[in-house]
Amino acid sequence: MTAATAARARVSRRRSGVSRGQALSGWLFTAPVLVILGLFLLIPVLMAAWVSVSDWTGRGSPLSPGVHFIGAQNYGQVLWAGGLSERDFGTALKNNFWYVILVVPIQTVVALALALAVNRRMLRGRGFFRTAFYFPSVTSSVAITVLWLFLFSTTGAVNAVIAWFGVKGPNWFNAPAGIFHFGATSGPALLTGNTALGVSWWDWLGGPSIAMTAFIILAVFTTGGTFMLLFLAALQNLSGDVEEAAMVDGANSAQRFFRVTLPQLRPTLFTVITLGLIGCWQVFDQIYTGTHGNPSKTTLTPAYLSYTAAFQNNQWGQGAAIAFILFVIIIVFTIIQRVVLAEKKVSKRRMGWITRAERQADTNGTAAIAVQGSYGEQNS
Amino acid sequence: MTTIAVPAVGVDEGTAPKPASRRERWTPGALTAQLLIYVLLIAVAILYIFPFLIDVATSFKTEPDAAANPLSLVPQTWTTAAYQRLFFNSDFPIWFKNSAIVTVLVTAGRVFFDSLAGYALARLHFRGRNVVFAGLIAVMAVPNVVLLIPKFLVINQLSIYDTYAGMIIPLLADAAGVFIMKNFFESIPVSIEEQARIDGAGSFRIFWSVVLPMARPALITIIILSFQGSWNELAHFIVSTQNPDLTTLTKGVAQLASGQLSQGTQYPLKLAAGAIMTIPVAIVFFIFQRRILNASQGAVKE
Repeated sequence: MTAATAARARVSRRRSGVSRGQALSGWLFTAPVLVILGLFLLIPVLMAAWVSVSDWTGRGSPLSPGVHFIGAQNYGQVLWAGGLSERDFGTALKNNFWYVILVVPIQTVVALALALAVNRRMLRGRGFFRTAFYFPSVTSSVAITVLWLFLFSTTGAVNAVIAWFGVKGPNWFNAPAGIFHFGATSGPALLTGNTALGVSWWDWLGGPSIAMTAFIILAVFTTGGTFMLLFLAALQNLSGDVEEAAMVDGANSAQRFFRVTLPQLRPTLFTVITLGLIGCWQVFDQIYTGTHGNPSKTTLTPAYLSYTAAFQNNQWGQGAAIAFILFVIIIVFTIIQRVVLAEKKVSKRRMGWITRAERQADTNGTAAIAVQGSYGEQNS
Repeated sequence: MTTIAVPAVGVDEGTAPKPASRRERWTPGALTAQLLIYVLLIAVAILYIFPFLIDVATSFKTEPDAAANPLSLVPQTWTTAAYQRLFFNSDFPIWFKNSAIVTVLVTAGRVFFDSLAGYALARLHFRGRNVVFAGLIAVMAVPNVVLLIPKFLVINQLSIYDTYAGMIIPLLADAAGVFIMKNFFESIPVSIEEQARIDGAGSFRIFWSVVLPMARPALITIIILSFQGSWNELAHFIVSTQNPDLTTLTKGVAQLASGQLSQGTQYPLKLAAGAIMTIPVAIVFFIFQRRILNASQGAVKE
């Protein structure tokens, strides 16, 4: 037993009457939160797990005797049965995959760039810039999507700007062409002939559709500000000494950024990418408000597909199965990211000051995860 | 966070004893770089603000005007037709009322329950405290979207589908809020509570009249986050209601966007709806701006 616990035990012995009262109020105080979270989080997950392996069709209670256990059939429909469900899921996965691949790096770089620019010591009007960059993050995803539908309509503002350069803009939200197909309508047989999850390799490689690209821009626009704040908080916690020392040693600003600042920002970078990944795999609001998965299902996402499968097509088992697969995907991506970005060996001397900076930044990161975890999703 | 409030001049004075670095900063190259930064920042700021200006401007335009001049910030003919239609000729007031009810109750509930639980986890010694805390952390890891179907199942099972109870109760507690409050309570000194305890005050009494008044900064953080979170919430209301009388702004405007009110693009109408639903969060944002912009920090520090 450590000294600390021993001390605590002594203290609690001294006022055992008080501590009995504390035990009671401890549970009383946490009870409302525990009951609500248990009722609307824990039990739902267990019920959905059951539904995902049952043949429930949405009538009556899923716990009634008429509902049967059907094993992995729902998962099979979605993953390997070769039917429409598999093709839809493959399409949704492809769409969201490109969305993640493009949004996460871009929003991270944009957020970091904004933070670095706003954090400059000599900058005037800093408050104004921070407000301007953060404002899109507080507005509702629905309102922003409506605005986006207008900006990216055929006669919208974006196309008006594109027209200045003599180019005719696409009909964004009605354009299903993959941006990496560069206008090609058919590909080599090797790519079009083979499929994964019911989607041809050619389509997998085609990138996001033009419609999805508009959503990608939307995501960068709304989340850049949120993540800028995280980077700003971290930047303000960095000690100026290291930077100063590097400056005295004659390091130029690029060297100072890549060798001094960036390594110290690693924990925040980690947080931002993790939150980005989690948020980006959950695109729902924008699709529900804007395109309903159209055009040609190129803006379908697993989250939206899970919703339509259950609530519109009454295939509750499949909907629940998709939700669980999505959960697994999010976990896997987070783990991959952790491994890829894992701490590489650094010299002892340099490690000294990095850990000191990290310890501080880490405290912020944790709270940020807490905050973002439940409030940041809508914007991602 | 004081550095932000200090104007550039003040910072300059602080570094004045180091003439070397000062000279370095004002070389022509540095000056150009500084100018370039300003130009870039202003360009990006315009890019960020302009869409919202377009939103407001378009809401006062006629439909042909909106289509013909998408970039113009001045309507050719000013019209409030969109707003009149929304307020006097649609369900918009009902949506607004529902959003307001839900947001107020959810925010009040979260502030109370989160701080109560946060206090218990930070200060009260009871068996199972660590388990409760670990559970909360685990809960935060479950993605919201995965819960869409499950939540509906339980709400349905409890027969609170299509009721205010079903819309509000599931949102009343959030693990992240508890986490923020716990962190805050751990950062304030125990001595004051000890004093009250010796004077014979019970746990709830200490919490309510001693600790809570000191927790203002953290409470404001919770208020901001809850307000914003519940006002902007969409998915939960989709799965917990279908009665038009219980439609919230987010759900209503989302349906409006898919063209439920009538045919045509109706952009002035939709953008007016979007603009109005942004106003309450914008007000909260501007009132608490300093706190929000420091929110990610304020939660742990102080």
